[in-house]
Amino acid sequence: MTDFPHTPPRFSATFTPDVNAEIRRAAATGIYDIRGGGAKRRVPHFDDLLFLGASISRYPLEGYRERCDTSVVLGTRFAKKPIVLDIPITIAGMSFGALSGPAKEALGRGASAAGTSTTTGDGGMTEEERGHSKTLVYQYLPSRYGMNPDDLRRADAIEVVVGQGAKPGGGGMLLGQKISDRVAEMRNLPKGIDQRSACRHPDWTGPDDLEIKILELREITDWEKPIYIKVGGSRPYYDTALAVKAGADVVVLDGMQGGTAATQDVFIENVGMPILACIPQAVQALQDLGMHRKVQLIVSGGIRSGADVAKAMALGADAVAIGTAALIALGDNDPVWEAEYQKLGTTAGAYDDWHEGRDPAGITTQDPELAARFDPVLGGRRLKNYLKVMTLEAQTIARACGKNHLHNLEPEDLVALTIEGAAMAGVPLAGTNWIPGKTGF
Amino acid sequence: MQTFDLATRGLRELNQTLHALRGTTNETAWEIVNAKGSHAIAVGVDAPLDITVRGSTGYYCAGMNKQATIRIDGNAGPGVAENMMSGRVIIEGDASQYAGATGRGGLLVIKGNASSRCGISMKGIDIVVHGSIGHMSAFMAQSGNMVVLGDAGDALGDSLYEARLFVRGSVKSLGADCIEKEMRPAHLAMLAELLERGEAGHKAKPEEFRRYGSARKLYTFNVDNAAAY
Repeated sequence: MTDFPHTPPRFSATFTPDVNAEIRRAAATGIYDIRGGGAKRRVPHFDDLLFLGASISRYPLEGYRERCDTSVVLGTRFAKKPIVLDIPITIAGMSFGALSGPAKEALGRGASAAGTSTTTGDGGMTEEERGHSKTLVYQYLPSRYGMNPDDLRRADAIEVVVGQGAKPGGGGMLLGQKISDRVAEMRNLPKGIDQRSACRHPDWTGPDDLEIKILELREITDWEKPIYIKVGGSRPYYDTALAVKAGADVVVLDGMQGGTAATQDVFIENVGMPILACIPQAVQALQDLGMHRKVQLIVSGGIRSGADVAKAMALGADAVAIGTAALIALGDNDPVWEAEYQKLGTTAGAYDDWHEGRDPAGITTQDPELAARFDPVLGGRRLKNYLKVMTLEAQTIARACGKNHLHNLEPEDLVALTIEGAAMAGVPLAGTNWIPGKTGF
Repeated sequence: MQTFDLATRGLRELNQTLHALRGTTNETAWEIVNAKGSHAIAVGVDAPLDITVRGSTGYYCAGMNKQATIRIDGNAGPGVAENMMSGRVIIEGDASQYAGATGRGGLLVIKGNASSRCGISMKGIDIVVHGSIGHMSAFMAQSGNMVVLGDAGDALGDSLYEARLFVRGSVKSLGADCIEKEMRPAHLAMLAELLERGEAGHKAKPEEFRRYGSARKLYTFNVDNAAAY
């Protein structure tokens, strides 16, 4: 008998092992998958861009001699007391509730040491965070958990949250395991219940109302505080224009790679746009209104390195925000806890069940024993180091492009490696002068 | 009595003036004239003042009030007394949408009717409405008490937490997880006190009300309840 070669086993590109596993999980449980984090699928990102650096027509700045500034001013449009940060990398809103008190403290310590701001999150302002954050942005969210005028006044800026990149149009859910006595008290809810965060604000609808809401917030705080409006990456041109119209000092734009404490996986992976696709549209809206650099733009969603910072700023952002990367810097998903991740059925680097409150690293939990594993002083130091490295990296690139301030980076410094990246970023495909959709093709 | 003419001195000066009155002051009685539907009148006040607004107000009058008694001698626009912390807000006329939204304390009295979403997401405030309330009132209400002498619209108390709702008239429909509950003596005593404080003691008796609250079936997410969401 002739031994013919067999066709090797072949997996479907549509029904991949991951897809099949999710079908089986859904069939067994009858409920969608909830997880934390942002989009895990591959989307066009800053990796699709490259800087050109200096050449005969551009000359660089000396890396160890010539200055490259990194400061940023936020809130120059209306606020009496704009924020001045040493670096353009801010810490995004993450709630006490989603994170432990010591983790919030560490964010404050690290950010303050690096000369930047932190942001509260759903659930109100904690003393740990206010006490350790030199500059604190207070989120004004649909749920209004813990909202009060005293905290509004002791914040350095106010961020009206309309949406976030992981789930534009979605609310939130903090599962009962994380509603400890303290979280319940701050949110005025019974302990241990699943807490819902609304997807819409309770007392305004649409941009005209938002303008009046911002007037109220400005009046309550005597026009001192910069007011940010945060939107998820969904319709960035119009959302940015409407935010400007509503009276924002700062627009915060969060792409789909931006994390959440918990929502449906199907939402995270299928709603919203990558941040790369959002920035040029938002910048265009600001330019069309004559407000670029007057209303500042902070972008977030997948910022990991100084290269990402530089690319975002070259596309026109005034600053960036990091969330997931900050948690990783603190120690989230660190392989040192691998044995415990294995017990939870996952592995370091892939752990995303933050909503269950069993984080081995003690960061996304309200369990006192787990939270005690985390040292806020050490965590703060790690975050400071990481922010400094990102800043040095961004400066290195900016100097190579001949820029003496990160804000002087420009789209002309960039090319794209992929057609998608070129189309979204509005920069030429490398080695060509082709910008898809812009130059006659 | 200090009289402040909003038409001539403007909103910014009004709120700045009221904010400056912290702690002890002899300037406790204020009258604001020419309100003319302006937004954000007397917001963020944090002093035991007695303020009367002559005329109707726009959005967010008395927003985030602490300590002050603010009386609106007219109708109130959307979001009156939103996120109030303490004190009292009394509206002689009707109130628009989201009256008392997310209020954390104090007392809101509406002598006319209140529109939709009255007491939405309330977190400890007491609300007494002499007339009727619109649809989706007390949506996701967390705590506090709402007393309605008239009728309630559709979906009263949808996704309610621990707030107590008392309605004297009809309820067009109850929202998800909101049920009628037994009125016990303690509730009658509380209601009598609320009616008295709400300037409605002479208009209704506690025995005429029915009590509504959370069935607490949606407190923990359960896929079998998906149809209720």
